Amino acid sequence: MSASPAPLGPFQDNLPRRHRLGAVWQWIFFAATIIGIFVLSALLLDILNESFGYVALEARVDPDTLAVDGVPLEDLPKEELIRILQDSLSASAFNKLNDEKPFEERSQANVYDLVIERVVKYKVLETWSLWESLIHSDEIRAQAAEEFPQAELRFVSWLTVETIRRPQSSEAVNAGVRTAILGSLWTIAITILVAFPLGVGAAIYLEEYARDDWLNRLIRTNINNLAGVPSIIYGILGLAIFVRALERLTSGAVFGLVNPTTANGRTILSAGLTLALLILPLIIINAQEAIRAVPQSLRKASLGIGATKWQTIWAHVLPNALPGILTGTILAVSRAIGETAPLVVVGASTAISFDPNLFSRFTTLPIQIYQWTSRPQGEWRHLAAAAILILLTLLLSLNATAIVLRNRYTKRF
Amino acid sequence: MTKKYNGEASGYPLREEGLRKRPRAGEILIQSILFFAGFFSIFTTLGIVYELGKEALLFFRTPEVKLWDFLTGTAWQPHINQFGILPLVTSTFITSAIAMTIAIPLGLAAAVYLSEYATEKVRKTLKPILEILAGIPTIVYGYFALMFVTPLLRSIFGRDVVEIYNMASGGLVMGILILPLVASMSEDALNAVPLALREAAYGLGATKLEVALKVVFPAALSGIAAAIIVGVSRAIGETMIVAVAVGAGPNFTFNPFRGAETMTGHIVRMSGGDLSYDSIDYNSIFAIGLMLFFITLTLNIISQRIVQRFREVYE
Repeated sequence: MSASPAPLGPFQDNLPRRHRLGAVWQWIFFAATIIGIFVLSALLLDILNESFGYVALEARVDPDTLAVDGVPLEDLPKEELIRILQDSLSASAFNKLNDEKPFEERSQANVYDLVIERVVKYKVLETWSLWESLIHSDEIRAQAAEEFPQAELRFVSWLTVETIRRPQSSEAVNAGVRTAILGSLWTIAITILVAFPLGVGAAIYLEEYARDDWLNRLIRTNINNLAGVPSIIYGILGLAIFVRALERLTSGAVFGLVNPTTANGRTILSAGLTLALLILPLIIINAQEAIRAVPQSLRKASLGIGATKWQTIWAHVLPNALPGILTGTILAVSRAIGETAPLVVVGASTAISFDPNLFSRFTTLPIQIYQWTSRPQGEWRHLAAAAILILLTLLLSLNATAIVLRNRYTKRF
Repeated sequence: MTKKYNGEASGYPLREEGLRKRPRAGEILIQSILFFAGFFSIFTTLGIVYELGKEALLFFRTPEVKLWDFLTGTAWQPHINQFGILPLVTSTFITSAIAMTIAIPLGLAAAVYLSEYATEKVRKTLKPILEILAGIPTIVYGYFALMFVTPLLRSIFGRDVVEIYNMASGGLVMGILILPLVASMSEDALNAVPLALREAAYGLGATKLEVALKVVFPAALSGIAAAIIVGVSRAIGETMIVAVAVGAGPNFTFNPFRGAETMTGHIVRMSGGDLSYDSIDYNSIFAIGLMLFFITLTLNIISQRIVQRFREVYE
């Protein structure tokens, strides 16, 4: 048989083209997958870029003029700082600060913060992103010297320990996310307390007890549909039910608590309950899968030695399903932490400078990010970037916990 | 076929109280509690339908609002009593369409790559990255759209063409948000296609691409269609990206570079201020919410039906 590929001719003629086509498409498929990584990096870099950079600050009172005998302001003893406060503030404002926390009990650092916030009063004139600050630092200096001769040009990190420690403020340089973080934690605590037992209970019922009749089919279909309802609808539901109809409960009036801040039901409790409704279907679906993965033989063995149904579930099914249930719950909770829309509708406030409690007005991290992003002034957007970094760190550590749980404790049967 | 074990017949009389099923109060109580937990989600749905329906009804009862004008009006200006939902609906569909033109091709391509081409090692690195992308809060995407994509679009197409708030930037970023969802659901569908089909195709001399696109892809089509529909439903209900990057007041326009307001964005803006109960604004967000609820519910049900009805069952 010499070279006579006649019968195979058309087939082989085609072959190089088909292989070329295959190679091209493989490359296209790969590129599409990689785009996700590109966007993720662009997103993170953009946020980092906005979190650091030069700021032109103008002080109402130059801190250098407040120095006493050549000792710079930040090194002054507490008594001197208190004297500065007393001289610069009105008597009533000074007494109000003293009422919040007596000056004797305040630390030097705290009083220094007060002097900066109340007396020096920095005002942001212009901000630059990290990229601009690194590449064009000379131009920025020149521009700042020309446009804002009085201002001080400073390279700042918008994300500092101070940002986390400080409450809301009307000036971006003094504002922090303390109240937002506390609000998020409170809200999530309520969400977990309500959604976890309800969700796991529902999953146990559906997997272990429910017969395949119309009612249980309805419940199952309903849960699947609820998982697809947009989160903002839950917000509207929360507004109508928790904020409005159950106002006496959610504002704390039922418990005889009259809230001085008059939250009108727009409280942390309402927010937590709304988010609980939102993640309930997710928790149920995840817990169902975890329970389903527990092999039937375990149940049969337990029932066979005379355990009741509940004893079997409690002693054998749940312990074996727990890692899966917890992983699913953590993922659902991290979804709740990042939710913004329903809380806007439920009525999160933004200017909160006090530590929230169950029945007080509230703000959360995503709400704060939303509000700061919506403001036209650049400095707030830098602060929003810092808050995003905090939020992402929180979520990333939660997700890492979920992955560790899944890998370490999930049993394969 | 099998005979039931009969204690008495085999000569061992049953002890009356020992093996008889006793009613156990605790077990019944626990079962009732669990049933309540299971049934609770029905209350959520009823609550949504009842509350949205009730307030929406109040909205349509007010003399300023006519159902026909609501459905066909092209101006939504509550302060002069114009309640035409079309501007909100068109911008919702334009942003969703932009999002899907990003998410469908990229998501499907990524799914085919991960399921058919990637080695186990590559898959194990790439998939978590897509999952991270899906887990980022939407407000962060909104920030990204406003601070990165919008300036990018403005530098490409010109600052006078692209407004600061525009539908294109919101839609593009929304596409990135939905990409992992489409990719992961489609990949599950592709993975469910049995290996035998692929091997048979290879045996006939098909190339890898031909196996992937002409054999595996059609076999998984129902799952892929479901993924796309869920993606659309997600896009329509997405809120924070459009609230941050698109929203500039209701605007009846088909130009993606102009600002507009989607249904979700409008609800957020209205409820962000201090909304007084029983005002027409308050009722209107329920009417819009009801519409949103029915659109997404219909899409989700269609998606479930497709999976059930057209799923190819192998073995």
